[in-house]
Amino acid sequence: MSAVNTIRIIGHRAINAVWRIGMASRFFVNTLLYSGSSFRRFHLTIKELFSTGVMSLIIIIVAGLFVGMVLGLQGYETLKRYGSESALGTMVALSLVRELGPVVAALLFASRAGSAMTAEIGLMKATEQISAMEMMAVNPIARIIAPRFWAGVISMPLLAALFSAVGVFGGYLVGVVQIGVDEGSFWSQMQAAVDFRDDILNGVLKSFVFGIVVTLIALFEGFDAPPTAEGVSGATTRTVVTSSLAILMLDFVLTAIMFRGN
Amino acid sequence: MERTTLDLWVGIFVVAGVAALVMLAMKVGNLGTYNVSDAYQVQAYFTNIGGLKPKASIKSAGVVVGRVTGISLDTERYEAKVEMSLDRRYQFPKDTFANILTSGLLGEQYIGLMPGGDSEMIKNGGVIKKTQSAVVLEDLIGKFIYNKADEPAQ
Repeated sequence: MSAVNTIRIIGHRAINAVWRIGMASRFFVNTLLYSGSSFRRFHLTIKELFSTGVMSLIIIIVAGLFVGMVLGLQGYETLKRYGSESALGTMVALSLVRELGPVVAALLFASRAGSAMTAEIGLMKATEQISAMEMMAVNPIARIIAPRFWAGVISMPLLAALFSAVGVFGGYLVGVVQIGVDEGSFWSQMQAAVDFRDDILNGVLKSFVFGIVVTLIALFEGFDAPPTAEGVSGATTRTVVTSSLAILMLDFVLTAIMFRGN
Repeated sequence: MERTTLDLWVGIFVVAGVAALVMLAMKVGNLGTYNVSDAYQVQAYFTNIGGLKPKASIKSAGVVVGRVTGISLDTERYEAKVEMSLDRRYQFPKDTFANILTSGLLGEQYIGLMPGGDSEMIKNGGVIKKTQSAVVLEDLIGKFIYNKADEPAQ
């Protein structure tokens, strides 16, 4: 009897998961359909750009600086064994531009801005502001969701680029200023190894994809949250967990597609 | 918050992000160092290219003058055919010598061009005839061992 029950639970979970994916896709299509107003009334998007992008600046810059500095220290320790300290710049820049910049910036973005988005929208729903909008014939997707979506999609690549740039600077600080790796070889080997299209543009593309996914998950969880205090808190937790997992798994897929040949 | 301050902050954010991207492209990437927009194509055949890879640099007197664009095996001669794209500013004589060299002991391989004395220059689509293959460490060691074996015992 319990075996049948287990299978029934698995079936229920599977149906639930498919149902949620379908709802999320419909939600995504609706967001795209009604996003015209977020560009026509651009101040709505600007307000959201402030709360998602500008407010994330400090955590992104500080985290980028420290990640770059740690990379500089650890990279130097390893490269020293092979007598190739001059490749430190290459190592720091490539790992930041290809992987750490987009991924860590997206993880920070999910926990800093994504959770806030979910909590805000969930609370709007709990206090029946969204139903009130519908009563006034204002489409909540066009008025609330689409501006936040585009703000997230626009700010994510910019934040990732900032993260990488500050990280390279952090690696420079530790490697060249503190340890004393030759400055000329640090930059010239980096420039010889990092390709604009293959490395930098692919990194930007990655962060763009992460921006879409993280913002969509955050908005959907908020919009779908049960209108109770418990429901909103659960949705916020799910946003951070789901988007972190989605970022890491997508990163593997994107890396496999982009950098397989090299 | 006031609308103008909001605009200002978002403006700062966008400008900082774009500046970071430009800095990455120019200072970290190779966009500022080399531009292949105005280039001509040259081919060369090597008996062994060692570890040469596409996008390896082509240097003459230490100056980067181009990039390797393609490597394939020519099945008529069974030699490696290396396609190169050279900067149009730099013209080379027809009897230019192409070597596969290594930067440092473990560094990446590149092609070094040594200009000859011919008055005619290589044209777009031309072939560099004089080439020297990469030094393969196993061959060197093998030669060394055979030489030692040939020496009379003392």
